Amino acid sequence: MSAELVTGITVFVLATAVGLELITKVPPTLHTPLMSGANAISGITIVGAVTAAGVGHGGAATVLGLLAVIAATVNVVGGFLVTDRMLEMFRTERRSPR
Amino acid sequence: MTQLAYLAAAVAFIVGIKRLGSPRTARSGNLVASVGMLLAVVVTLVAQDIVDWGVVGAGAAVGAAVGVLWARTVAMTDMPQMVAALNGLGGVASALVAGAELSTVSEPTALPFEAQGTILFSLAVGSLTFTGSLVAFGKLQGIVSGAPLVYRGQAVVNSTVTVAAGGLAVAALAFGNAPAFWALAGIALLIGVLMVLPIGGADMPVVVSLLNSLSGLAAAGTGFAIGNQALVIGGALVGSTGLILTVQMCDAMNRSLVNVLFGAFGSADEVAAGATSDQEVRRATPDDVAISMAYAERVVIIPGYGLAVAQAQHEVRKLAKELENRGVEVEYAIHPVAGRMPGHMNVLLAEADVPYEQLIDLDDANADLARTDVALVLGANDVVNPSARDDTTSPIFGMPIIEADRAKAVVVVKRSLSPGYAGVDNPLFYDDRTLMYFQDARKAIAEMTEALTLV
Repeated sequence: MSAELVTGITVFVLATAVGLELITKVPPTLHTPLMSGANAISGITIVGAVTAAGVGHGGAATVLGLLAVIAATVNVVGGFLVTDRMLEMFRTERRSPR
Repeated sequence: MTQLAYLAAAVAFIVGIKRLGSPRTARSGNLVASVGMLLAVVVTLVAQDIVDWGVVGAGAAVGAAVGVLWARTVAMTDMPQMVAALNGLGGVASALVAGAELSTVSEPTALPFEAQGTILFSLAVGSLTFTGSLVAFGKLQGIVSGAPLVYRGQAVVNSTVTVAAGGLAVAALAFGNAPAFWALAGIALLIGVLMVLPIGGADMPVVVSLLNSLSGLAAAGTGFAIGNQALVIGGALVGSTGLILTVQMCDAMNRSLVNVLFGAFGSADEVAAGATSDQEVRRATPDDVAISMAYAERVVIIPGYGLAVAQAQHEVRKLAKELENRGVEVEYAIHPVAGRMPGHMNVLLAEADVPYEQLIDLDDANADLARTDVALVLGANDVVNPSARDDTTSPIFGMPIIEADRAKAVVVVKRSLSPGYAGVDNPLFYDDRTLMYFQDARKAIAEMTEALTLV
């Protein structure tokens, strides 16, 4: 195995551990925004998409890259915005009449 | 330098997810994560030798326009389908990037073996996530039947497809055969459909969580393929988020993931077996219900999927306000799988301006139900079924429930006496202290509020 792959696996395992640790205690109320927010983060693949579409491979690679850019951008933009829209609604505590 | 910027983006994701975990910091957490994303994109545009600006710009413009419009206009009740679809788009984007990487070389063997392996992984997982999410979207949107689809020879079809996928994976890696890579992507598309079609609509919280996790894994796989740690970290974070939610949803139904995926729970046979009872129920009028609630000290509302279907969250809020004006204490007890995705019911109630601290979870709700005068069950069934607690022979035995039957009186609003999706009869409906009102949740609640103003 190359050193690069080993580093990658190390990073992956550590990031998974961090993720598991962070999420375990999240209250159920926030599960939907948490998921849509995380979902937007998985759109980080946009970085690869931009590269694939833009570096001038031409042909199939550029076409696939373009499709990837579109899909990933919808994922990122839609995901973050809709999460924000949901979380905005959660700030209604002080409107309680009691 | 570029790598450091990607690291900064990854840190922003971690901080963002951490802050998303607490109500007070959640909104800023989402912002932090989105800034991290922006940073990653800008750095890529600067550091990579982008020449096809038109292609990148056009793709980003189309994607952003769709994303903004969709996020602004989607109804909160439709949130599960939107998240399902976004999972699918993330998955397909990762698969496409892996595919693009593959198509830059004439033969896969021109790439290092490890890159071939990760490209294959990302192609397969991304494709499966894509079609699986599309079917989930279809089921949630009502385009595809929500009933679990079972057919003759299902096991044969599934094992054939799985073996074919395994064979193609071996062929792709052992011989560096490009068509085998593409064929595997194709078969993964098929597997996504076959995997989700047999799963019942009410198991969607688990499916959406699982697909969320898979979209993260696909992104991480692509990160390996193109050697980008930001993708690896981001993907791993999402993979673990989805995994935890998947496990929590399974726990909330007391079922294993395997059972959810392959059990075809709630299929026709089971429904036919459970749904027979000739016991009498006590029917109520809106006036009866209004009177019992008007003189209560404490009312707990237990919303279920029926409430979401009827889009009755705003009506519920009006009813609760009316009760609060009379000095009645109102809380909402929310079962983890009450909506169609984890936390969905909370979002719907938040949309109707229900104060966040009135939403209580399963354990807190059960601790206080004995001192509750009226438990108002709105469109929920299995999650309040005492059989899950008392009847060891019940198919849902062991599932954590909200113990509505501990309240002094119970009011159940339901469209009919039909069993829930688990197909199990509910003894709560025949309890002496239970009043049944058969009506669409939205109409019923409006009628009760009306009646309450006259009490």
